[in-house]
Amino acid sequence: MSAAGHPREVVIVGASLAGLRAAATLRAEGFGGHLTLVGAEQYTPYDRPPLSKKFLTAADPAETRLPVPDDLRARWLLGRAAVRLDPYSRIVTLADGTRLPYDGLLIATGAAARSGAVPGEPGPGQGVFTLRDRDDAVALRAALAAGRRLLVVGAGFLGGEIAAAGRALGLDVTLVEAGAVPLERAVGAEAGAFVGMLHREAGIDLRTGTTVTAFRTGPDGALTGARLADGRTVAADVAVLALGAVPATGWLAGSGIEATGGVPCDNRLRALFPDGTAVPGVVAAGDAARVPQPLAGGDAPPPGHWSGAVEQGTAAARTLLLGEAAPVFEEVPSFWSDFHGVRLRSVGLPGLADTVKVHECDRDARRLEVSYHLGGRLVGALTIGRTSRLAAYRRVLAEPTP
Amino acid sequence: MQITVDLDLCESHGSCVFAAPGIFSFDDDDYLLYEPAPDDGLRGAAEKAAASCPVRAITVAAAP
Repeated sequence: MSAAGHPREVVIVGASLAGLRAAATLRAEGFGGHLTLVGAEQYTPYDRPPLSKKFLTAADPAETRLPVPDDLRARWLLGRAAVRLDPYSRIVTLADGTRLPYDGLLIATGAAARSGAVPGEPGPGQGVFTLRDRDDAVALRAALAAGRRLLVVGAGFLGGEIAAAGRALGLDVTLVEAGAVPLERAVGAEAGAFVGMLHREAGIDLRTGTTVTAFRTGPDGALTGARLADGRTVAADVAVLALGAVPATGWLAGSGIEATGGVPCDNRLRALFPDGTAVPGVVAAGDAARVPQPLAGGDAPPPGHWSGAVEQGTAAARTLLLGEAAPVFEEVPSFWSDFHGVRLRSVGLPGLADTVKVHECDRDARRLEVSYHLGGRLVGALTIGRTSRLAAYRRVLAEPTP
Repeated sequence: MQITVDLDLCESHGSCVFAAPGIFSFDDDDYLLYEPAPDDGLRGAAEKAAASCPVRAITVAAAP
């Protein structure tokens, strides 16, 4: 840090939404030093939510690249993953050996698709996909265009959207979910059952309470289907594993930060060592960060949502500039999902609830309004086709917790 | 201050209603309503609404 306490050399590891918002905030709020953005992918920042929606179904998918402010004055190191952090000598090392000294560092490396070890999985390019980044989406889009039968493993938000995209493209779709209904842990049995109903109405063969135990391949090595734990088989020429995401923090191994479940942060997004002391000059944001959630009464796993990347990227940049004088980060999480022409919108942390209240459930109009409570206190809300009802819940959620 | 919203892009996420309830609201069918020429005192809220819109449908400009 300089005498004034402001950093002169800021490195942002992760050139996606959180990293870009942080960079823009740094410049907008007067940071005049050197700014370096490091990206494992070769692309300048792009938007991920469309990758499981319009990008798969539109005849001519719109550009998903995010606008970069003209005055960012940043050095971009793209297609070069960070592989090591030394927080004592304050150096980030990249895969090609480049060493980047910093006095301010933002960790915004996002998350990676959780892999499922399913026996019999064919080799790369033989029909089984995950979806996280742009290259994944390009490959899946091509496979869906050529495919006839799609198997999606995991009926979470991503799996549900991919299954819906497959239906929109006219494929036969089987959606396999280990739980009794889709999304039960995330949004409860009531909303999960409603989503399951929407999937079935759209013509998806939803198989709940079972898992894929083995993939099957033909003589040419390409996927032909899968066997399920309930003994049945599913024919498929395209399969997607949508089993959730894990923070992409493996590169921090050996740094002294215990980041397996996301980089632990304080309420100004400063990264913490296991003993609770701040890592000097280091902040984290987005899916790679494990930030305090007042609604949860402490920290919580990263919910992994677009708005979290935006708000945390902005807040982390302010902490780099202002330190202790930066505002405390208080965000009401929110997320959305679009499938079968309905708009699911949510605020708060529905997964915390011990009580779920259904205020409207209209299957014909495809409208749902649900609130979530823990110990009598509101912790979240979810609507389908009723975004107009969410603002009132969000106001309550934004009030300071007792 | 002048607000424009590209309603072809709007997907009713609600972020603008959360950030600037003095400018943005929904009708009962989730169609976005907004005040195109709000008071300059709402500038900060308007800019937060624009920044938080997932589909970048909102533009904030000085009054013509």
